Formats: sequence, structure tokens, C-alpha cells
Amino acid sequence: MEMRRAFSDGDLNYLANLCHACGACYTDCQFSPPHEYNVNVPKTFAIARAESWAAYVWPRAFAGVFARNGVAISIITALCVAAFVFGLAAVNDRQVLFGIHTGPGAFYALMPHNAMVALFGAAFLYAILALAMGVRAFWRDIGEPVGMLGDAGSIWQAIKDAAELRYLDGGGPGCVNEDERPSDRRKIYHHLTFYGFLLCFAATSLATLYHYLLGREAPYPWWDLPVVLGTVGGIGLLIGPVGLLAEKYKRDPVLVDRQRTGMDVAFILMLFLTSISGIALLVWRDGAAMGPLLALHLGLVFALFITMPYGKFVHGIYRFVALVRYARERRQIGHTV
Amino acid sequence: MVDLTRKYDVLVIGGGNAALCAAISARRSGAQVLVLEGAPKFYRGGNTRHTRNMRCAHDAATDILTGPYTEQEFWEDLLLVTDGQTDEELARHMIRESKDILDWIVKQGIRWQPSLGGTLSLGRTNSFFLGGGRAMLNALYLTAEQLGVDILYDAEVVDLQIEGGMFLSAGLKQGDAVVTVRASSLVAASGGFEANIEWLKQYWGEAADNFLIRGTPYNRGSILKMLLAKGVQEVGDPTQCHAVAIDARAPKFDGGIITRHDSVVFGIVVNNRALRFYDEGEDIWPKRYAIWGRLVAAQPDQIAYIIFDASSRNSFMPTLFPPIESASVAGLAAQCDLDPGVLENTVAEFNAAVQPGTFDQTILDNCRTEGLTPPKSHWARRIETPPYYAYPVRPGITFTYLGTRVNKQARMLMRDGKPAANMFAAGEIMAGNVLGKGYAAGIGMTIGSVFGRIAGREAAQNARN
Repeated sequence: MEMRRAFSDGDLNYLANLCHACGACYTDCQFSPPHEYNVNVPKTFAIARAESWAAYVWPRAFAGVFARNGVAISIITALCVAAFVFGLAAVNDRQVLFGIHTGPGAFYALMPHNAMVALFGAAFLYAILALAMGVRAFWRDIGEPVGMLGDAGSIWQAIKDAAELRYLDGGGPGCVNEDERPSDRRKIYHHLTFYGFLLCFAATSLATLYHYLLGREAPYPWWDLPVVLGTVGGIGLLIGPVGLLAEKYKRDPVLVDRQRTGMDVAFILMLFLTSISGIALLVWRDGAAMGPLLALHLGLVFALFITMPYGKFVHGIYRFVALVRYARERRQIGHTV
Repeated sequence: MVDLTRKYDVLVIGGGNAALCAAISARRSGAQVLVLEGAPKFYRGGNTRHTRNMRCAHDAATDILTGPYTEQEFWEDLLLVTDGQTDEELARHMIRESKDILDWIVKQGIRWQPSLGGTLSLGRTNSFFLGGGRAMLNALYLTAEQLGVDILYDAEVVDLQIEGGMFLSAGLKQGDAVVTVRASSLVAASGGFEANIEWLKQYWGEAADNFLIRGTPYNRGSILKMLLAKGVQEVGDPTQCHAVAIDARAPKFDGGIITRHDSVVFGIVVNNRALRFYDEGEDIWPKRYAIWGRLVAAQPDQIAYIIFDASSRNSFMPTLFPPIESASVAGLAAQCDLDPGVLENTVAEFNAAVQPGTFDQTILDNCRTEGLTPPKSHWARRIETPPYYAYPVRPGITFTYLGTRVNKQARMLMRDGKPAANMFAAGEIMAGNVLGKGYAAGIGMTIGSVFGRIAGREAAQNARN
């Protein structure tokens, strides 16, 4: 209100994506339901956010995926898992698929490393491209020249704000969820999920470096860095999503855009399944179950990658970009941070 | 579960800032405390729901206050707004205590934020609650609950047993029955009677039917009435209330601050005869906004219309209700049920009287009318750029001044001048001691917190003896 007195749809989309859904404005507003003004900012923003994601999606033809996201993600995931199971079964004979493989290169007995890199690299690059196109549409919608996304100071500020979930705190005491009593539970579970995801991603990246730079092939022993990172991250990626899901079910229904609950649940479950399949693979990799578990894990990771631009994952991307603009605006009006 | 058969040390009636400060303060002093809030949980807190800030004296700038606001300056401001209708000893005591409240209230879970730009400028004098009044209430209630204060909602007190200035028990309505609640001391922090239209009619007649009440429907003044009937000395002008001009389309109750119109200085104000009735540019708005409720209340059918044109459309904060809009003055009149010919004439006369000048809304500028009755002394600019706009306004009643007399211990005084044995008051119910008339932004919360804290402490002390 201090910064502007007229608001466009783009501004609304910007604010909706900037909103961390801490819920404080709902319990703090004297005009929230049952007051007759019926001011419900968290729900209004949740709806606006989801609609904006469908509007920014690339390619445009996939906008419908956001409408019944839970179903769509489930089907895509099932297809991916099935493709890997049947694919690995088709190219390998039974002995190889259910055989016992240990030592360096064991995974690649089922799927050559180069094939794996090519397939997942392509999926990952596709996700990045689609996300970048979405960000471009968002940035234009909120009326900013695309070049300004290169403002290093604002980006650094946004990285810090996102990394500590600075605004998921209800202005200090924590989020409100099931009642008016604030708590930091959602923030903690989100941190576990997010940093768990990052550690898993770091594990994969490091393993790739091991492979190409050091010529060391997976699987690695349990004490080696990629495995340690993956295990620690994987545990975070188990506890975090379970916690987030529990908080989601406890959340006061009045705050929730119930039509899109499927999208939230689908993404949380995807993270959970990716993690648990990875950990299962680690535990049973020396046995006959390794082949099927590898197929399952690869299928899930592949589905996670290709659905990234078409589900709840994008919330983090748009939130971050909104934080960049927020940092810019605050600097422009003279706030120190 | 709250056990109503036990005898509490301190009974607090009310549920706003003053009541909760009293409850917390009494509990921190070791008392067993019960709070009876007459409203349902959502509407808890009375007028505090709609507050935004508190005026406290401070000798130096703080994280959120831009400069010092000394006790003396606070006192002078109070003297100015009340025209001297204040109890100096009590007022000075309150102002001195307010310095400590800035820290104390933070310890009860309240968080501050700097004032926003673009509204009444209060960045130096007033501390704003992060999240507003309901956020403040939520924090106070949470603290009270954590300390072990018992709280009941929908808890309407229908009777007070008082003998010779001594509170014995309260009658709490529960379904069709009335339960007796006993306590060693009483803190009455149950607000004024602004939502009691029948009571307002005693002084305002049928006009009160056209008043809008800015706060909840639960500020009915029933405790105040009982206390006065049981011999407590009254203070403050019973006929007076704080009234501002708010949008006529606002709900009857609890429309809150966002219905207030701050656009008077940018245009002219006419009654439903389409005639002007007061100098819209008399003084800067923060000094004058509080007279417009009364001015409108004196007009036929208690309604008026702020008329302005496109040149002022973005000069003030956006309003909840959009202005009525028309391409012509006559069209605007028709939409407002005003006589188009008369309104055109009123606007034309005003325009003809406007003198050349340099418009500056931040100072008493030289844009004024000449030979017009009533004049517009400042910020007078011709209304000639379509589209034309109108806001219909009615009196919005914020609070009443009638209350119970107290001393520096927040202890009620009886009609014979003797202090009550065990009865204390805090907040709007005793604001008239300090605020005989007028208002300064945030002072209601100062009265609530300062006297709430004192009343709680004294009531706890009283209960021990």
C-alpha cells in the first residue's frame, strides 16, 4: 500500500506468489470469516497462485495438468515406473535383472551409465527449460523487464530470504495452521524437505563428478560422500514430507484451496517416494531386489524431473522470483534489507 | 475446564486490551484469575480488535519510533485535545507509566512495527502493533493462557452483587440459568456503551437509529450501568461519544477502521438537501477528522456526501467502498438521491468562490474560497474535472465517554468519594477520567494498557490482604 495504490492482475499474481501462506493475516485480521467482510487472504492467494502457475506453464498445452494435478502426476509416475521396470526387464534377461551385482559399476549392469546420463540429463534439461519459460512469463506478467532478473544484490537477498524461509514465520512467532496458536513446525518440516532435496541433489551431482573426473563408478561404499549426503538428505526427505503432510491435514480447512489439495499431496508424496525408494536401494543393493528397486527408483526420479514444471514444485521457483522483485522494491524505496 | 464453584482472587470482566493486561498483570502478581468475555471467541476484545497503535511517551527514538516524545509533550497534546477536560494528576501518572508500557507490553508477546506512510502521520509518537489490534489481542490471549489465566467466552455478566463499595459476586448467564461467580477483587474492563442504541437514544433521540457502530455489537455498557447503579461515581459527559464520518454503506456494527473517509479536505461535503454545512478545509485533517461524525449527526437523516472530482481521485488511500461515479454533477446527484439542480448550484457557487492559490495538502495552503458561507479555508480547488465522485457518509460511533471514576490505583471511587473496597476499572470504562472530550490517536490503548496493568496488580494485591 505504501508502494502503490492501484493494483493490476500482475500485481496480484506477484503478491500471491510472494505469499508464504503463513496464515498470520487470517488470524490477525478482524475481518476474516465469520465477519461479514469475509476477508480470507491465504485462501484467495492460494487460488490465485495455482491459477497463475497454469497461466505461465510452458508449453501452454499443458496448462490442464494443473487442474487435476494429483491424478495427472499419479498417472505419469505410474507410467514412468512401469517404463523403467519393463524397459530394464526387456533389455536385460531375468538373470541380470534379479541377479546379484556388487562392486563398482553394479548399477550399470542393468542400464549403461551413458544411457542413464543421457535420459536423465535430457529430462532435467527439459524441466529447466520449461521452468525458465514459466519464469519468463511470470516476470513479464508482473511488469518487470526480464534483464532485471540479473540484479545480483536482489538475487543474493532473495537467496538468503528463501534459504532461511524468512517470511514463513507469521511475522515472528511462527505460522498459524490449525488454530490461532503460532508454531514453527511447518518451517522446520519445510527445511528438512528442502535441504534433504538439496543434499540428495548434491549427492547425485557429486557422484557424476566421481564418475567422470575420478573414474570411480557407483555404487559407492556407505561411508563415501555421495552416499552419506544421499542418506542424510534422504532421511530429511522422509521426515520433512511426512511432517508437511501431517500439517496439511491439520490445517484449518478455511485456509485451504481444497480444489488443489491433490497437487500439494502429489508433490509431497513424490518427494517421499523418491527418498524411500533410494534408501531401500541403498539397504538392499547387495541382494536380488536391487534390480527391481533400481527400476522403481529411476522411474520415480524420472517422473519427478519431468513433472517438476507441472506441479507444486514450481511454487519454490515463482516464490524465489517474487522474492527477488520484493528485494528490489525494498532497496528502491530505501529499506536496508 | 473452568471451575466456577471456586472463589477466584481476581475476576476480570471484559476481553480487550485493558482486560487482558489486567488479567496478565494480576496473574504475574500471583493471583488466580478468571476473565469473562461477553463476546464469542471470534469477536473477543471489543474495540481493541480495530486498533492499530498505542501512544506512549519515550525520551529517545526507538527501533520503530522516529524520535523522542517527552512526557511534557504528551501532556500538552492531551491538554489540547481535551480542552483541559482531564484529571491532571491521573493523566500525568498515566503518561509517566506509559514509558514503561512500551517494554512491558512487548514482554507480554506484542510485537511492534514502524508506522506506514500515507496515513495520519504518527511515526514519532505512536507504536504500531505488528499485524494490528487483533494480532495484539491474539498475543495477549496466548500469554494469558500460558500463564494459566482462565478465560470464558460468550460469558455475559447479568448481575453484580456489591455492598457498600465491596464486590461480592457476579451473576454469569449460562443458558437459561445464572451462575454465581465469586472473587476477592473485581476489575471492570468491559468498555463503553456505544453499541447500545437504546442507551444512545437517551441523548440523541431517534437520530441514533442512523448511527453506525464501528466496533462489535457487544459493547453494550451493561457492566458500566450496573456499577453506576450500585453507587460508583460517574465521570465523563454521558451525552458524548467519539464519532467520525464513515461510509454510509458500511455494516451496522464492526465495519472497523477501513470504512472511515479521509477525503473531506479534497472536496466539499453536502447534506441530503445538497447544501454545504461546514468548512471542509478548516484545519489539517488529523486535527479535524474526529468532528465530522458529529457534524453529520446534526444533518437531516444523519447522512452527508463528500463530493470531489477526478483530480483528487488518487490523493488518499484506497477505500473499501468505491466512490459513486458519474460523468456529470447532475448524474452524481441522481445516484445519491440528491436534487440535481441544487447540487449543480452548490458546486457552481463553490467553484465561483475558489481563489487562485498553490495547492499543498501537507500544509495550511492558500487555496481558499472568498465570499462563500460556510467558507472552505484551505485546499479549495474547483470541482470541474469529470468524472465526479461521491462518498455517502454517516456518523460512525467509536466510543463513549461516560465511565467510572478511579484513582491512581485504578480503584473505583464511590459516589461519596470513598475508594471502593475491591473494585478496579481499566480501559474505555474509565477513559473519561483522562479523556473528558476529544481524542488523540492511540490514547485509548495507552489508557487500556497502563490502567489495565495497574488494576491487575492492585486487584491481586487487594485479594491477598
